Amino acid sequence: MKPRVVVVVFPGSNCDRDAAHAAELVMGAETRLLWHGETSLGDPDLVVLPGGFSYGDYLRCGAMARFSPVMQSVRAFAERGGAVLGICNGFQVLCEAGLLPGALVQNGGLRFVCGDVHLRVESERTPFTRRIPAGTRLRMPIAHGDGNWVADPETLARLEASGQIVFRYVDESGSRTPEANPNGSLDDVAGICNEAGNVLGLMPHPERAVEALLGSEDGAEVFRSFAASRA
Amino acid sequence: MKVQVCVLPKAGVLDPQGKAIAGALHRLGHAAVHDVRAGKIFRIDVDAETPEAAKVAAAKMAETLLSNPVIEDFEVEVLS
Repeated sequence: MKPRVVVVVFPGSNCDRDAAHAAELVMGAETRLLWHGETSLGDPDLVVLPGGFSYGDYLRCGAMARFSPVMQSVRAFAERGGAVLGICNGFQVLCEAGLLPGALVQNGGLRFVCGDVHLRVESERTPFTRRIPAGTRLRMPIAHGDGNWVADPETLARLEASGQIVFRYVDESGSRTPEANPNGSLDDVAGICNEAGNVLGLMPHPERAVEALLGSEDGAEVFRSFAASRA
Repeated sequence: MKVQVCVLPKAGVLDPQGKAIAGALHRLGHAAVHDVRAGKIFRIDVDAETPEAAKVAAAKMAETLLSNPVIEDFEVEVLS
């Protein structure tokens, strides 16, 4: 059966169609764009909070979107074990909503960064990486001004111990170096999941790396892994 | 009643903006500057019976929306 994917659209989201396209292309998904004012998710297999600049990034990135009507349903869905993928601004929204630990602050270098980065898969704890062996290197784009993930030392240690750090920035050879970290993120963290593993947030854009024409197909692995995990 | 909420990055949380401002102040000759923390100020006009009630209401706003408790602290002051 085709996976059913809901992509939430906040005012200012701009990667919603890309996410739907990627889900359709890679997973053959039946996708639905859902305006943030709606409260009924239906019965999806996956909810995507896409990239963009929800509410113009006013106050803090993701801070206003957290209070959108749809977020109550997303929270309930996540708490029931439903799969939620937050990409870039979606990751910021998940942290603001407390569905993922830590917070995303301004890039260490103060500048908006965009370009391709290399990620290393650190954990197979989520359905999004269950079929990608840990240690695999993936190349995909980033585009953000506030991707600098921070958390207190206890939180970081807990996440590390429980395999909740899912992606780290690395260089082309797969090694962690200061130059490979584009935004100053704590411990080179690029993506994390919740304790249950059903909620994943990451700053890079897997949905923008699903076709050779776009420069990389590595992002497709994330969607492929999700589709394979539920089969 | 007017209340002011001041939100600042928590001690220990990286503040790239504050750091850049401190660097610029140094370049302008303010060599005595050790550190700058950059934050936000909200002036809120709110109906309240007493200054205390206004303060409680503003603290609630600060906790739930104006600040992110993971990275920021806030202070509330009743202005008038």
